[in-house]
Amino acid sequence: MTGMEIFGAWIAVFLTLAIFSFLYKDNPFYKIAEHLFVGISAGYWAAIAFWNQIQPNLFGRLWPKVDGELSGLKAFWYGIYNFFGWFHSGIFPEGGIDKGHEIDIWYLIPFVLGMFMILRLWPKFGWLARWSMAYIVGLAAGLRLYGFLSSNIISQIKGSALPMFDSVGTSINSILIIIGTLTGLFYFFFSQEHTGIFGKISRVGIWFLMISFGASFGFAVMGRISLLIGRFYDLITYSSAEYFHASWWVLGLIIIGLGIMAFKEKASPESH
Amino acid sequence: MKSKHVLISIGTFAILFAAYWWFGHPFFKEGREVMFISIVSLSSIILYYIAEANNGAKIFLRAIPGLKAFEEAVGRSTEMGRSVLFVPGIMDMDQVETVAGVTILGHVSKMTAQYETPLEVPVSRAIVMEASREIVKESYLSQGRPDLYNDSMIHYLTDDQFAYAAGVDGIMLREKPAACFYQGKFYAESLILAETGNSIGAIQIAGTASQAQIPFFVTTCDYTLIGEEFLTASAYLSQKPSLLGSIKGQDVGKLIIMIAILFTVVFNAFHDLGWVQYDIKQFFTAN
Repeated sequence: MTGMEIFGAWIAVFLTLAIFSFLYKDNPFYKIAEHLFVGISAGYWAAIAFWNQIQPNLFGRLWPKVDGELSGLKAFWYGIYNFFGWFHSGIFPEGGIDKGHEIDIWYLIPFVLGMFMILRLWPKFGWLARWSMAYIVGLAAGLRLYGFLSSNIISQIKGSALPMFDSVGTSINSILIIIGTLTGLFYFFFSQEHTGIFGKISRVGIWFLMISFGASFGFAVMGRISLLIGRFYDLITYSSAEYFHASWWVLGLIIIGLGIMAFKEKASPESH
Repeated sequence: MKSKHVLISIGTFAILFAAYWWFGHPFFKEGREVMFISIVSLSSIILYYIAEANNGAKIFLRAIPGLKAFEEAVGRSTEMGRSVLFVPGIMDMDQVETVAGVTILGHVSKMTAQYETPLEVPVSRAIVMEASREIVKESYLSQGRPDLYNDSMIHYLTDDQFAYAAGVDGIMLREKPAACFYQGKFYAESLILAETGNSIGAIQIAGTASQAQIPFFVTTCDYTLIGEEFLTASAYLSQKPSLLGSIKGQDVGKLIIMIAILFTVVFNAFHDLGWVQYDIKQFFTAN
């Protein structure tokens, strides 16, 4: 066991228990964990997005590594690259970015749209960011139309072709699924008042929906319990002598800290 | 465009397409006929009803309690002198639910501008932040209160799911908003957010089409817009004829889908009994 591993375990224990301390109430331990979590993750995701997407997939396609002499337009294109490389050779290494891509000038479109987003920093040109947003929303709507229609409509209709005569159990199951699907759809009719027979059918639909939500709720809670067990397993591991009883020490310190704060609050309630 | 024009356009398209099909339909991807017909017919129905609504046809929409509560929630915040918290989900603008959530934010921000109630919108995606700022700014301008708007009302926290949840929880505990709106695409953080909102006594209105998260919102929020209720919210709130028409068109689409389901069930049962040789499932199988 290295010193760094032990240190990491202590940090993990502190952050876990600091987050758990939220169950008592908002307190400085939770605030420390929350701010660390938010700040570090924001920076982490920014770095991940840049090094996993922008640098290899965007710059790597605009300026892939080239061998040999460059001439004409290509020389000019890589001249721009070399200019960027002058600022940061880590992002723009000499000779181009070697990520196994060929030069693809179509990637200028996302590059320009990305630049438009950055222009939000200058109020005079901020309106250009709307083009990028319009592109994203429009493209997503068009792409998802096909996906939703395929999975939510066509597959649903196909899925209703259930076996009806295999056994009594299968027949009951199939009939229940079909009734649930149809009555559920009735509930989502908006241009019709839910009264009379229509109201009764949609009420059956909402019963089906609520039963399925209940089942989903139970399933998700079971998943959460397994996550909690995972955290407790770590805390138990880190409470061993190998880690210098990290869990017990940190737990004790947090309890003492919370106790002192509660005492202070009691002594001067107006300041809280 | 008048509904008559829409019908003429659809008819012309159908004739042209029939001619194209007759002449061997080059470039048409075989095996996707069902998808093609579905997209064209559903789009045509929706376009027709949009045109009808734009021409002044009265479109009835049944009441949804959760939507009526929007104004009540903002009003409560105003009376208590506290802020309104709006969470537009944790996904980007390429998700339909996020787009719907940001659209609803536009309506909520109109109310907060009108009542001069502070609004806070923590977001987890940079593009959602930009889109939200645009829409909220527009709302404040439309209500004649640009002075109340500032960019920091909509602020970025982090892309990380649970770090975002921790950050929003912190905001809830410190700012103590009187109304919390969760409108967008959510995952496992939904219960963490809604439980904290519940613990501070805020009136909570959730809306999502994320099937697995609806139960959590139903159990912890005062009102929940489930599935399509959430996606139709902007039509309800704006009462724009084009949006109302699209809801009517979608309802007709649903009716056709129900008929298709019933037909499939009966046809499949006949196939199982050996009365019909053709397997209906093959019809829906795209290549």
